[in-house]
Amino acid sequence: MNLRHSWIIAAKDLKGIRHRRTILYTIVVLPLALSLLFGYVIQYAFSSAPDIKASDLAGLLDAFGFWFVIIAAIVPSPIASYSIVGEKVEKSLEPLLATPVTDGDILLGKSLAAFIPTILATYAGAAIYMTLVDRTLYSKVGYLYYPNWEMVVILLLLTPLTCLLSIELNVITSSRVTDVRSASQLGGIIFAPFMGLFIAGEIGVITLDAVTLLIISAFFAVLVIAMFFLSTRTFQREEILTKWK
Amino acid sequence: MIEAEGLTRKFGDLVAVDGVTFRVDEGEVFGFLGPNGAGKTTTVRMLCCLISKTSGEARIADYEVGNHADSPKIRKMIGLVPDNVGLYESMSAYDNLDFYGKLYDRTESQRKESNEYFLKMLGLWEKRDTAAGTFSKGMKQKLAVARALIHNPQVLFLDEPTANLDPESAKMVRDFVLELRKEKKTIFLNTHNLDEAQRICDRIAILNTRLMAIGTAEELERTVKGRQTVIQLAQVSDAVVRALERLPISNLSYAGGRATFDVADPEKENPPVVRAIVEAGGEIQTVTVQGSTLEEAYLKLVRSQG
Repeated sequence: MNLRHSWIIAAKDLKGIRHRRTILYTIVVLPLALSLLFGYVIQYAFSSAPDIKASDLAGLLDAFGFWFVIIAAIVPSPIASYSIVGEKVEKSLEPLLATPVTDGDILLGKSLAAFIPTILATYAGAAIYMTLVDRTLYSKVGYLYYPNWEMVVILLLLTPLTCLLSIELNVITSSRVTDVRSASQLGGIIFAPFMGLFIAGEIGVITLDAVTLLIISAFFAVLVIAMFFLSTRTFQREEILTKWK
Repeated sequence: MIEAEGLTRKFGDLVAVDGVTFRVDEGEVFGFLGPNGAGKTTTVRMLCCLISKTSGEARIADYEVGNHADSPKIRKMIGLVPDNVGLYESMSAYDNLDFYGKLYDRTESQRKESNEYFLKMLGLWEKRDTAAGTFSKGMKQKLAVARALIHNPQVLFLDEPTANLDPESAKMVRDFVLELRKEKKTIFLNTHNLDEAQRICDRIAILNTRLMAIGTAEELERTVKGRQTVIQLAQVSDAVVRALERLPISNLSYAGGRATFDVADPEKENPPVVRAIVEAGGEIQTVTVQGSTLEEAYLKLVRSQG
């Protein structure tokens, strides 16, 4: 594998994303809007009930934290769809495959193009959210809630793994769809299991503490590896040119 | 430069290319002629190491098609213009070329030089910063050819380069291919345009899943029927008829003051006929040699398999 080739492909796609308004909105608006909303909700909770303790809000704060995993599942979908299916629609994959780059170089490049903005956007959103929450808590109860172990696991393990899982799912679905919108919608189904986890946390079926999050991360790591083999098998030049719709 | 022997590709039960054998010499413009679905694109894809072969052998220069280690080396020495140009429509003409230059590991100065050279050569330099998506079909096709040449490949594969182009754009692309011929590039041209093949190819192969014939345009024309000499006379007199009957010529016929007969070697066989007519008092107005057209040869070969 040639990392330089992968980076050239990723840089080309990243440049292309800058001209796609809908993708830019997804990358920028979703994490920013949720961070501000969650931060405002916490601020409102303290202002409307001044006697409330941070420990009373722990469940809510953990649930808000988990939303950054959901963001990492949603954001890569339109990018990966544009990057792979867009190229398929433009019929630009064949000349690309005729160059000395390997299938792995292309797949890595495409994955980087979706991974980098997602991680940057998620981390930026999380930073804003944690700053807003800590500012409120520090002024009201005199201590900082973030960073905590839950958020460390979420940001350093779950978010990258979820992002990879979403990209891999998009690569696999790309072979079966003929337009970017369908690919994006199909890739978006990854949103569902994360919402399931979130709801399970909210209704008390599971507790989204650091240990549970670590267990979920381990499960995701296995899934990422399995999906990696599936996606590399799908993304082979012979498959692309003879079997992709 | 390119050799194929018994090259075959099957898709399930469907045989797309069936035991094709040919050789393309260095610096040759080789036309691959055939109807839609004849296996032309599949052959090119196999030779470009984009898809695998089911059986048979193929080589490009010293490298074996289908050999995992040789595939990147082959792809480095070839350029491909697929039937769909596949440009990045939102990227400028310059950026399209520059992206491919980077993938072929060209240095920045090499890329700058070759991007400028091709864009100027193709008359696209003024539009270098314009998005490729706004270009006409002819301009896109030319840009796709330039993209395939950006790394100075030894072999260029062109898959239907003038299909769906208006006559002016098609001529533009053909002229460009003729320019490349001067640079001694080996060019493999897939086409179903007979006129185009005849005008720019040194040799032509006719494919319809199987290879039907291979040779120069003239050689292929002769595969249908030999050439004919047509002598236009002021008048076909009895003396002329008697004189010609004594000569060893075949399929002699007369119509409208014309004497027509088959000829294998006109330079050798026509002078005695002309002499015999003149000696018999005949008045010759014109002597022409007619052959069957490439179109006739093509249709006969393709239909024979039909």
